[in-house]
Amino acid sequence: MPDLTLAPRSALGGTEPRIDQIGGITLTERPDIALASLAARRGKAPALDKAIAPLLGAALPDISASSGAGDIRAFWTGPDQWILRAPYGSHEDLAAQVKSAVGNAGSVTEQSDAWAGFSLMGDDLTGVLELLARVDPASLRDGTALRSQIHHIGCFLICESALSELLIFGPRSSAASLHHALISAIRSAESLRPAPSQS
Amino acid sequence: MSQKNRLSGGLIDRSQSLSFTFDGRKYTGHPGDTLASALLANGVRLMGRSFKYHRPRGPLCAGSEEPNALVELRDDARQEPNTRATTAELFDGLSANSQNRWPSLAFDALGINDKFSSFLSAGFYYKTFMWPAAFWEKLYEPMIRRAAGLGSLSMEADPDAYDRGSLYADLLIIGAGPAGLAAALTAGRAGARVILADEDFHMGGRLNAETFPLDDAPAQDWIAATLAELKSLPNVRLMTRTTVLGAFDHGVYGALERVADHLPQPKAHQPRQILWRIQTKRALLCAGATERSIGFENNDRPGIMLAGALRAYANRWAATPAQRVAIFTNNDDGHRGAVDLIAKGVQVTAVIDPRPDAPRIADCELLAGAQVINTQGRLGLSFAELRLSDGSMRIMECGAIGVSGGWNPNVHLTCHQGAKPVWNDEIAAFVPAANTPPGLSIAGAAAGVLSTHGALRTGAEAAAQALEDLGMCASPAPTPTAEDAPIRLSPFWYVAEGKGRAWLDQQNDVTVKDVKLAHQEGFRSVEHLKRYTTLGMATDQGKTANMGGLAVMAEMTGKSIPETGPTMFRPPYTPVAMAAWAGRSRDADFRPTRRSPSHDWAAEQGAVFVEVGQWLRAQWFPQPGEDHWRASVDREVLAVRAGVGVCDVTTLGKIDVQGADAATFLNRIYCNGFAKLAVGKTRYGLMLREDGMAMDDGTAARLAEDHFVVTTTTANAVAVFRHMEFARQCLWPELDVQLISTTEAWAQYAVAGPNSRALLERIVDEGVDISNEAFPFMACGEITICGGLRARLFRISFSGELAYEIAVPTRYGDALMRRLMELGQDLGVTPYGTEALGVLRIEKGHAAGNELNGQTTAANLGLGRMVSSKKDSIGAVLSRREGLSLPDDKRLIGLKPVDAANPLLAGSHLFDQGTEAVAANDQGWVTSVAYSPHMGSSIALAFLKRGDARLGEVIRVVNPLGGSDIEAEIVSPHFIDPEGDRLRA
Repeated sequence: MPDLTLAPRSALGGTEPRIDQIGGITLTERPDIALASLAARRGKAPALDKAIAPLLGAALPDISASSGAGDIRAFWTGPDQWILRAPYGSHEDLAAQVKSAVGNAGSVTEQSDAWAGFSLMGDDLTGVLELLARVDPASLRDGTALRSQIHHIGCFLICESALSELLIFGPRSSAASLHHALISAIRSAESLRPAPSQS
Repeated sequence: MSQKNRLSGGLIDRSQSLSFTFDGRKYTGHPGDTLASALLANGVRLMGRSFKYHRPRGPLCAGSEEPNALVELRDDARQEPNTRATTAELFDGLSANSQNRWPSLAFDALGINDKFSSFLSAGFYYKTFMWPAAFWEKLYEPMIRRAAGLGSLSMEADPDAYDRGSLYADLLIIGAGPAGLAAALTAGRAGARVILADEDFHMGGRLNAETFPLDDAPAQDWIAATLAELKSLPNVRLMTRTTVLGAFDHGVYGALERVADHLPQPKAHQPRQILWRIQTKRALLCAGATERSIGFENNDRPGIMLAGALRAYANRWAATPAQRVAIFTNNDDGHRGAVDLIAKGVQVTAVIDPRPDAPRIADCELLAGAQVINTQGRLGLSFAELRLSDGSMRIMECGAIGVSGGWNPNVHLTCHQGAKPVWNDEIAAFVPAANTPPGLSIAGAAAGVLSTHGALRTGAEAAAQALEDLGMCASPAPTPTAEDAPIRLSPFWYVAEGKGRAWLDQQNDVTVKDVKLAHQEGFRSVEHLKRYTTLGMATDQGKTANMGGLAVMAEMTGKSIPETGPTMFRPPYTPVAMAAWAGRSRDADFRPTRRSPSHDWAAEQGAVFVEVGQWLRAQWFPQPGEDHWRASVDREVLAVRAGVGVCDVTTLGKIDVQGADAATFLNRIYCNGFAKLAVGKTRYGLMLREDGMAMDDGTAARLAEDHFVVTTTTANAVAVFRHMEFARQCLWPELDVQLISTTEAWAQYAVAGPNSRALLERIVDEGVDISNEAFPFMACGEITICGGLRARLFRISFSGELAYEIAVPTRYGDALMRRLMELGQDLGVTPYGTEALGVLRIEKGHAAGNELNGQTTAANLGLGRMVSSKKDSIGAVLSRREGLSLPDDKRLIGLKPVDAANPLLAGSHLFDQGTEAVAANDQGWVTSVAYSPHMGSSIALAFLKRGDARLGEVIRVVNPLGGSDIEAEIVSPHFIDPEGDRLRA
């Protein structure tokens, strides 16, 4: 039997995640995150919360927030709707794991490859955010999860660490356009950053 | 040329010299100069030609309200027309050219227009170019455009980048004059998030143009200390070169930051400008006031400018248009300008004030009760003609006149949501009304408070009040002692004496007489006046002109100025380049693109791509020797029917539908039945709109009792999802249904053709049986392939062949396509694009976007029996309304030309033989056409009246535009395998 195993590609088409270092800011493609959407079945939100607790180690997050104690974390995406994320290497079957935990209390859909993930890291991402999205940087807390447009592309923004690390998920098919928009904004913001004072 | 009109002092850096050119001549200036101030310092008053009459003009103002001194700045691709010399910051190497003149600024051939001015009065174009109408486009308009005074475009692409962004604040302060600075101090110290924006490159506003001390020290000391403190506050953002251009809903303000306009070109990756959307809880307008002129004969000669501008050039820029100047003012502030000019060593020949009781303020001749009635000079002012209070006349030599008719508060932003300003008799000007945009307050001169002290005080107080409204604690910053003199003016709009032209709107060449003529011709509304005379139009939007025009109109109609009313104020406050509105959305980045999982592979094959929505889809895959697209498409079509083809269909919308009531939900969404669809089966479904017309079609596969995957057409993916989400949330909230898009999550390929099963058998894992018995037509299931990879398999066919669609997680899509191509070589595997897909579906008679165009019913499509009468579904009832079931209703049919050599053309209309090809005899139209390699001719799908009953007839296919008229036989739309045997093989 020949080995037919298929090799995955990242959203930008590479065999390795792409990393861009521009000034003090690093943009990293994140194919290493598994995603699954979770929606409460009608009237079963409390049961769902209870069922997911052992997996999540926390209650499901409220509006614009994240939760999770271990590998699996959740962020809010709509009324009674969340996306769960976990390391892809150990949780490629995240959707199946979640489904078996929640049973008929929730609807689960694999979303790992629906999104292209990017990590944006730097000392202060305020300048980049101002050019990227309609998001008030001062409103961000660790775990804040928002939906916003970036260059006409609907994205999720998850604040991993306030103003120094953001996780951005955009539709996978638009990964190249989103990457271009991110790079443009980073370059622009870096060019606008005041030169360090000479004192 | 030396800077012969450069004075002492000023806020310029004399330690550095900047060289620049104007109309090719070299000059020097200093950092801190504008192009206008540097030219004036160099003795240049003439900077442009007027719009209509090509009259010589110099700057009227020292700021963004400038109507005259418009130049083309920079060269080549960066050439920018209609740039105000009064705001263009000087940089080394700047090059500027005057516009609207030929061959030169000093001698302009079209200056002849001025001689024929009596023919060119208001409404000239309307009256003159009406006849013959055909001449307008070819002759009159090009001629007028050539003569009219706008700059030219380089016709090269703008090489710079422009950004758009969002900012947030507790308090946005618009304008950094005394009011704005005092407000920023107040709010900044209180810890509020403050944005202080000013269009100028040096904050301070009128403080920079005047010499009054603050706390007995130069105002610049206070500005420097204030800015130093504000810069030290992390909660305050100071934005120079930033114009707040509009007040929009919900506390949103637009602002344009000119990041690099003051540089020869932007630094690497630096945007030239940024258009900001500022969301603020409160805003404070401290935009100051704009001085207005007085109409008198020939009041437009270079050298005649607003008194405040003359004063600003002298104090801030150490420049004067001439060494001998006069002041013509109806208010005390004009006199104070004379004081400053004298202090700078400029000879002020007289202060001319029409008020008989004018005060003596400046140490020069005072001509109370006098007026300037005319001026002389060829390309600039040489003499002023005065009528003195005793009726005598005097000719006065001077190179400049500073004119002041009072000050108009800059109320613009307060009116952007429809408020009309109210009249204030004390300053004879409009001031903001009470119903300004919510959250916006006004301070300083913009509120009609015209003294420095008043500005400082009201700025601090308004900021404290705004923060108090937000529940923050703030006390007004202490106000330094400052000038607090009243403005004291007697309204005086124009000099009645004289038969010549007294200019109101210098940008549009509108005179007092034009306004009177408009009134005489029946224009009463000020909005009509504006459109008839063009008063207040173009780049300056009449900032210096509107009040004069209003005053003349009011006089004509016998009404008061407020009764006559201002015209509507609209954003933007000052012009914004199209590039800034566009931001990054230009050229290839105009909108995002979507790429399918096999995109890179397809590009390697040389695929030709087509945009479908935002998707880039492979249209066909040219092979060596194929020099026409048809050759590629025919080959692909035949390969599918003979062997096996693979097409990327990831772009079709996929909606995951789950929940206990998922089947009930789909049963109501689709017009055909879904409640009883078995698990592991797929069904074709048709959705209707509420009005009964067909909306979209696709398939729904039942993966579990409570789990379906719905597919939609590529173009309608979002619309269908929205429709279903609306139904879920609003129509039937009682149903247990959850929806989510999975379009992007799965790479999905159509594998079609008699060898499709054989090919798939090579990748499915051991134990997965896809034989016809185990996996018949319309089966679906979750399987594994290539050694355990999860996949979904659907046995559905768009081509009419034995066919499947196989889906894997998107990251494996590229590899799967390569694997299928590698393993299928001996089976004749061929990639096919959207063109071949189109041919295959037309041959099979499947409807697509051309047929599902929002104007067709299920019955039109030949699917009338799909609309179930045993249940209710969206659109079912209205699909049965009388008008949709007329006896001669259209039906989808196929057409093949009687002579196979004749090509059919989509969009053609159908007529019976022997009838005239006119609308009354129209029988239908052709929706889709393809060359069918299977049929060996062009074939078509069409809607034809009673089409299903007319199979075998011959009908005319007429293209009245192209002139073709060919005969075609009406046939079944199923050109291929009408019985469907191939599908089930």
